[in-house]
Amino acid sequence: MTWDEVTPLLWPATRETLYMTGVATLFTAVLGLLFGVLLVITERGGLLPAPPANAVLGVVVNIGRSLPFLILMVAIIPFTRIVVGTSIGNAAAIVPLTVGAIPFYARLVEIAIREVDPGVVAAARAMGATRREIVGKVLLREARPGLVSGLTVTVIALIGYTAMAGTVGGGGLGNLAITYGYERFESKVMVATVVLLIVIVLLVQAVGDLVARRLTHK
Amino acid sequence: MIQIEKLRKVYRARGREVTAVDGVDLTVPEGEIFGVLGRSGAGKSTLLRCVNLLERPDEGRVLIDGRDLLALRGAELRRARQGIGMIHQHFGLLGSRTVAGNVAFPLEVMGVPRAERRHRVAELLELVGLTEHARAHPARISGGQKQRVGIARALAGRPKVLLSDEATSALDPETTASILELLRDLNRRLGLTVLLITHEMDVVKRICDSAAVMRDGRFTESGPVTGLLARPGSELARGLFPLPPVTPRAGSTVVEVTFVGGVTDQPFVSALARKYSLDVNILGGAVETVGGGRVGRLQLELPGDPSANAAQLAFLRDAGLAVEVKTPITDTEASAADADTSAAEGGARGPERGSGADGADGADGADGADGADGAVAAGEEETR
Repeated sequence: MTWDEVTPLLWPATRETLYMTGVATLFTAVLGLLFGVLLVITERGGLLPAPPANAVLGVVVNIGRSLPFLILMVAIIPFTRIVVGTSIGNAAAIVPLTVGAIPFYARLVEIAIREVDPGVVAAARAMGATRREIVGKVLLREARPGLVSGLTVTVIALIGYTAMAGTVGGGGLGNLAITYGYERFESKVMVATVVLLIVIVLLVQAVGDLVARRLTHK
Repeated sequence: MIQIEKLRKVYRARGREVTAVDGVDLTVPEGEIFGVLGRSGAGKSTLLRCVNLLERPDEGRVLIDGRDLLALRGAELRRARQGIGMIHQHFGLLGSRTVAGNVAFPLEVMGVPRAERRHRVAELLELVGLTEHARAHPARISGGQKQRVGIARALAGRPKVLLSDEATSALDPETTASILELLRDLNRRLGLTVLLITHEMDVVKRICDSAAVMRDGRFTESGPVTGLLARPGSELARGLFPLPPVTPRAGSTVVEVTFVGGVTDQPFVSALARKYSLDVNILGGAVETVGGGRVGRLQLELPGDPSANAAQLAFLRDAGLAVEVKTPITDTEASAADADTSAAEGGARGPERGSGADGADGADGADGADGADGAVAAGEEETR
């Protein structure tokens, strides 16, 4: 294959990667935040103590994190079919991507929130703030730099996971690299996808760092 | 007004029970500053957190302006808390908000409309002298300025009552003095009732009307500061005016004389010497300004056994002085007494070793050590 033949393959694959990563990131951010907050506030002595729920949540998150993504993707095919109506294609890949990334991000959210000075929470309670205010205006807001850094790491992990989307008939740069670069020995395709993936990851990291830095007031 | 009745708080962890507050009674009349002095682990932090129910006491009552807080739940309790200001050792400021944003926070919680909020924030920042730092973030200002933000924030809801949790313990002596001055000033101008906890003698000396010494969850002494200082054997007096331990020689009497207020103006030592033709030896002493009045302690040595000095001691007592006679002791007792004194003084001034008995107080352990050392140094300087 000549470079002229390679380039037309790259753009759609890049778009697919970005699409899968983008949509999965959106759902992961929302649900990961929710579970991360719950992990912190439901613990004993927390804002909303519910130790049994906390234990269950902890176990679920750990199970989610211990499954290799490739296995998770195949294992939840029935669930994927319920959600998107099919188990094949880019949309179908988004479901396991999200399911795999949520526990990952939830733990990072938990870590970021635990970094918030408990003295600030006590001060807010002493002011008569509600739980909702404490979560929204104190915990999440104070943890913003950590939440953004965590999301950056998660997005990059998601980009990595999309490489396996081909397994369930999804596309993307990873799939391109496997089908052309590996199975057909087209090293130009392999090189091009690797370079593109590196560029995307570097960009994501740079943007994440920039935003996190903007949110840090030190 | 703050009234606390028979307050008890027990922590239970892994089958162990720790009584952090063990039956404390306390009244702070309106417009007064009451200081609770104690080491970390004494339970004072827990006591304070029980006043606005950050910790729920197991027994007893907490009344703010006659209202029983323990009867309140949910929204009612939150509203009551809005009327109780609190300042913290480590300030508890939101790092993500500016100085003005931090002061606005309680106003948001109270549901004050934006325009009014802005106005009130400006007013509060002016009150604590931080107008030009309104747009700075907490990381960019000094510790003293941070505590001023804390104070402005605590006053946002125009509280009648202010709780201070070691507010100056993380600050250097000069900054401490300026923050204490601000608190005193606000107390006078706004008629603010203040309950503060501290491990620094200096805080009690500078601004408290009344004080209590807390140990193992209980008050060992409590009352108006000048009254406590004049009381023989007072831990507060010993901490504030540390006198060197002495062993009276045979045939002499050592007395520790505490004088408060107007008594200081009388030349009682020379009057005593002249009246009884005595050679009075001054072994040690300290004079301080406490609560606007002069208070001091003197260690005097008079010739003759205490029994021979009955008239002289009566003379001193009649002059309005608190007189404590150091009893002559044998050598073996002397060493025991020495150990005792150092233990007592360590108790009043020194940092606590080992783990704090109660969880809530544990946090101020590390800083406590610093502050307490400072207090010792200051105390020694005053003795010289």
